[in-house]
Amino acid sequence: MNTQTPSPKPEQPATRLPSSGGAPAGRWLALIRHRLVWPLMALALVLIVDALISPGFFNVRIVQGRLFGNVIDIFYRAMPTAMVALGMAVVIGTKGIDLSVGSIIAICGAIIAWRMHQGDSHFVILLMALAAGLACGLWNGFLVSVLEIQPIIATLILMVSGRGIGLMVNLLYGGTNPSFTSPLLQGLSVGSLGLIPTRLIVGAVIFFLLWLLVRRTAFGLFLESVGGNAKSARLAGVNARFVLLSAYLISGFLAATAGVILTADTHTSDPVSVASNIELDAILAVVIGGGSLAGGRIFLDGTIIGVLVIQALTTSILTSGLPPEYNLVVKAVVVLIVLLLQSSNMRAAVVSVLVRRKA
Amino acid sequence: MKFAHWLTGTVFGASMLLAGAPAHAVTIGFSQVGDEGDWRPAFSKDMQEEAKKEGIDLKFADAQGKEEEQLKAVRAFIAQKVDAIIIAPVVVTGWEQVLREAKRAGIPVFLADRDVDVTDKSLTVTRISADFSLEGKLAGAWLAQASKGSCNIVELQGTVGAAPAIERKKGFETIISNFPNMKIVKTQSGDFTTEGGKKVMEAFIKSTDNLKGICGVFAHNDNMQLGAIQAMKEAGLNPGKDFLMVSVDYVPAMKEELAKGEANASVELRSAIGKYIYPVVTNYLKDKKELPRWIVIPSDLHHAAAPND
Repeated sequence: MNTQTPSPKPEQPATRLPSSGGAPAGRWLALIRHRLVWPLMALALVLIVDALISPGFFNVRIVQGRLFGNVIDIFYRAMPTAMVALGMAVVIGTKGIDLSVGSIIAICGAIIAWRMHQGDSHFVILLMALAAGLACGLWNGFLVSVLEIQPIIATLILMVSGRGIGLMVNLLYGGTNPSFTSPLLQGLSVGSLGLIPTRLIVGAVIFFLLWLLVRRTAFGLFLESVGGNAKSARLAGVNARFVLLSAYLISGFLAATAGVILTADTHTSDPVSVASNIELDAILAVVIGGGSLAGGRIFLDGTIIGVLVIQALTTSILTSGLPPEYNLVVKAVVVLIVLLLQSSNMRAAVVSVLVRRKA
Repeated sequence: MKFAHWLTGTVFGASMLLAGAPAHAVTIGFSQVGDEGDWRPAFSKDMQEEAKKEGIDLKFADAQGKEEEQLKAVRAFIAQKVDAIIIAPVVVTGWEQVLREAKRAGIPVFLADRDVDVTDKSLTVTRISADFSLEGKLAGAWLAQASKGSCNIVELQGTVGAAPAIERKKGFETIISNFPNMKIVKTQSGDFTTEGGKKVMEAFIKSTDNLKGICGVFAHNDNMQLGAIQAMKEAGLNPGKDFLMVSVDYVPAMKEELAKGEANASVELRSAIGKYIYPVVTNYLKDKKELPRWIVIPSDLHHAAAPND
């Protein structure tokens, strides 16, 4: 197996499992450098354009006892999508997909607003929201692993029905004014610890724990092996059913944490429109980060960079003063450029054209 | 043959209508779009309650956002020989055929909310709805008065391409264009959501150095304005005191903000509009007098005490 391929190729899943290791540390380092270089370049490109069009883009100061500025905003606003995308990276690693993440966020938000109106303890509400996410993940995982329904269809069911479920939860208390205040949840979402916004810390903790799980345990290996080749993984004694179920549980749980952050952010529940299209941004982030929809690889670091690319782009569109009619087109063009940069075929073609010219 | 059949049917139906109208309660078919958002369910509920009050036999059909469901409902109303049909259209196009069927059956059709696109304007009696552009004008007029005609404005637009967004923007701009010192310096879409309003305001705060020189915020709906208020407060700014905040909808959460003084004004988008719609329909059934093409339901502007007082 050619582990030195400079960029990931979808046709070669599972080439970078730590198990294939034994390679010296220097080689691994070089590999990581290769894998992340294109997404990082894309991020740099967006930021350079920002610096050119809006002076003072990189200014950071302290307002209301926390760091404040566009760059902080990019991290801050990227956090909910990052949490969702990390779960998505795990699911995609198993050759699955989870389209229901936006709906899970909507359900969590509705449950939070409902229980707030019932006057429950805020800590219990937090646990309830996370439990709701796990329940949704369990449902998806059950459909995919036990009933063996194709992931895109299985999660489509909750994607379509989830926002409706959120609206039904709203009806439980009238739902005409779903706004609330909660020092605990808002502390997690918009508060800060020292100078650092709390949600960045929450995001970092989640990333670290997930990284430990995926990169430092056998379970992480199982996830990628099920995605790479489910049949041979099963023959090798991996309980594929359990592994798949866990992947959707992780995704559901992480969507719920994003749901808590987003709901506490606006102090209100809006099941119809909260986090709309977040599943698409998450999938895009996984792909920009070097993941392949063919499964078999989980790149948590690349996924985070992918999320930052998307958020940097969104933030720069908002600060640029471009008329809103252009938002989506600009986003699409930049994403296209990023994906072209990452395509090894495209790069090879460019190189061959240049070489021919010289000759 | 078929035409003759229809003709007699129409004449018969019409004469039955004329003879029967004063004797028993008026039957009205109402085809509603669906129950999305907060406003539409409230509108549906009001139509049903108001019908009871007026002694109208209302046949209510929810189209669940689907055009074909709505066409089916309207055809069912025609078959049931209702006295009048009210449609809140799902889409503007594709109405010619079914409206002609209603006309042949001698049933007058009224539009609520959105308009339809038909070449023969006589297919509908009139449209009874709020005027999005008027809402924008009211917001603009309030801001012009409160700022004494001098104000740099940031605008939070609704979803790009949505009729309320386009019309409210147009109405607002019509008014402020009369004041040379009023202009929109930043505008972006917040997609009519709290989340969107907050994100856009956060970006505006950075790109204008803490809203330096900005005097007012105009949001196409309250949800976005609520998000903007949160973003401003988190950045240590004082919305409602240092900035004039005006938006449209008058939702319950906005009432609270107005009471707290963190927002200044909101134009009400009424959902209790049955009392405006039914009299137009019943009066028309009585006297068949020609009506203007569009009957505008008045908008109210609610405001907190002026910030400078």
